[in-house]
Amino acid sequence: MSTQTTSPAVTTPRRKKPFSAKDFVFRVLLYAFLTMSASVVLIPLLSLLSVALQPPESTQTGLSWPSDPTWSNFETAWTKGDFPLPVLMVNSLFVASMVVPLGVTISVLAGYAFGTMKFPGSNLLFYVFMIGLVMPFEATIVPLYYQLRDMGLINNPWGVILPEVALFCAFGIFWMRQFFMAAPPALVEAARIDGAGSLRILRSVLLPIAWPPVLTLATLMFIWSWNEFILSLVVLDRETRTAPSGLGIFTGQWTSEIPALSAAALIIALPTILLYVLLNRRIISGILQGAVKG
Amino acid sequence: METMALTRTKDRPRKRLRWRPEYVGYFYLLPAALFFVTFMLLPLIQTFNLSLWDWTGIKGAPAEFVGFDNYAEVLTNPDTLSALSHSAVFLMTFCVIPVTLGVTFAALFTRQKITGLVFFRTVVFLPQVIASVVIGVTWRWVYQDRGSLNQFLAIIGIESERGWLGDFDWALPAVGLIGSWVMTGLCMVLFLSGVGRIDSDLYDSVKVDGGGAFREFFSVTLPGLRPEFTVATTITIIAALRTFDLVFVTTRGGPGKETIVPGTEIYRLAFREGEVGEAATMAVLLAVLVFTLVRTFQWVLRDRDGISR
Repeated sequence: MSTQTTSPAVTTPRRKKPFSAKDFVFRVLLYAFLTMSASVVLIPLLSLLSVALQPPESTQTGLSWPSDPTWSNFETAWTKGDFPLPVLMVNSLFVASMVVPLGVTISVLAGYAFGTMKFPGSNLLFYVFMIGLVMPFEATIVPLYYQLRDMGLINNPWGVILPEVALFCAFGIFWMRQFFMAAPPALVEAARIDGAGSLRILRSVLLPIAWPPVLTLATLMFIWSWNEFILSLVVLDRETRTAPSGLGIFTGQWTSEIPALSAAALIIALPTILLYVLLNRRIISGILQGAVKG
Repeated sequence: METMALTRTKDRPRKRLRWRPEYVGYFYLLPAALFFVTFMLLPLIQTFNLSLWDWTGIKGAPAEFVGFDNYAEVLTNPDTLSALSHSAVFLMTFCVIPVTLGVTFAALFTRQKITGLVFFRTVVFLPQVIASVVIGVTWRWVYQDRGSLNQFLAIIGIESERGWLGDFDWALPAVGLIGSWVMTGLCMVLFLSGVGRIDSDLYDSVKVDGGGAFREFFSVTLPGLRPEFTVATTITIIAALRTFDLVFVTTRGGPGKETIVPGTEIYRLAFREGEVGEAATMAVLLAVLVFTLVRTFQWVLRDRDGISR
């Protein structure tokens, strides 16, 4: 049964063994493997940075640190690029800052219902919501586009915000349900005996202890919304696009200014990377638990 | 839900047998249901509906009901078959390679104390949070004729001037391997945490039985990682099949049609060529494929003994 009591093997005290040659080879192999994997991840990103620091007219695309690194490409990308990067960044920020509170709120409400209440059809409804965990926008984009057009939401940030909330709340509901199911029933029971209604229980008993999973959820939704591509590519246009889709359109045409394009890409990646540096534990555990459990 | 029910039964043994439905639950589901039905469920059903019509997508243009003609059209189109075969390659590079590497890594270094593990984990997981557009730009430079891949090959003694993404033979594996780059870290972190949770007594009992490293791997490590296999295959299969952004940014399906995938075909048919019915048909195929593959793997990897950790 649940053997969660076993601490991770790494910390399990092992019998002291004499240091053997086999162990030594193993450790060397281990660290070689770790270093190699980390380098494979970092080198392409470092070479992107090195390209962005080259002189503006450079056509260098490999990894070589410029003799005279210059940040001017970042300035060019920001102010004089072939597409209005500051506008796109503001668009992205607006979309994400609407998606996060909306998505979190409806996920908390639905997760609360699924996690603490029993009502007819609750299991079936939960599984229907979980379709959103496996269905990507690519599968619904065709009718979604025409539907949004009929609603007058083409070239309108809300045409991206509303479908994103719908898609991301599948994970949100799953995530918050996990939390509410694990919340101590005694706490809820006590409040109920005091005569508190379900909304009071949620607001003053459960939400105050729910901030860790809510923070994780908000962070993940921000990252997903910031990185979303196909929907904003199709629904939005030039000045209303989000940063990734705006960059995506230009990658085909803008190869003349390789350093500035690289700088733009780095600027777009910066917000999520910063969040990741601050909250990597939360982000990793959230993403790993995001897939449907078997 | 089971845990809640159990605890309550302890408190009030009789009353709990006849549960009182809490209809207020529907009220809490309402906002989520509104979003979900409008922007997920309806479009999903509409995808199937659109696949039965011939329509250009122009506002007010007449649509003609054609039944399953679009399916006949799409399934006999050589482009569809090549898009699907490219998806098969992506399944190898997004799913098989990362999962294999992840398991091998986790199994090989089971119960090793790793200094700097947190740093390592943070680094290899990084591609998961970077926009695929940025990843695409990054790898376009890596694969260029004077990019860092050819620089690396020169160091190990292979001179190459190849622009990998423009090469008819190499473009597809090149794009696919970007998927391995994105997914391998995730799998390593996932399986590593899984191995950490396996009861170390199980390993000791294999040792007592005189089993070696192979016995250890096949009778303890692999079965113990079942939940992680489920999660890893689900995430990577979906990522492999839905791929659109990476291809769009790196090759736009080219050179020729060497890297077209269902995602790019849907985009081209619907928004470039006005073949909405065929695009919807392709989307139905994609949805069915994703759903079937994911469910199959979840079924194969299901908890046969009813023991979940």
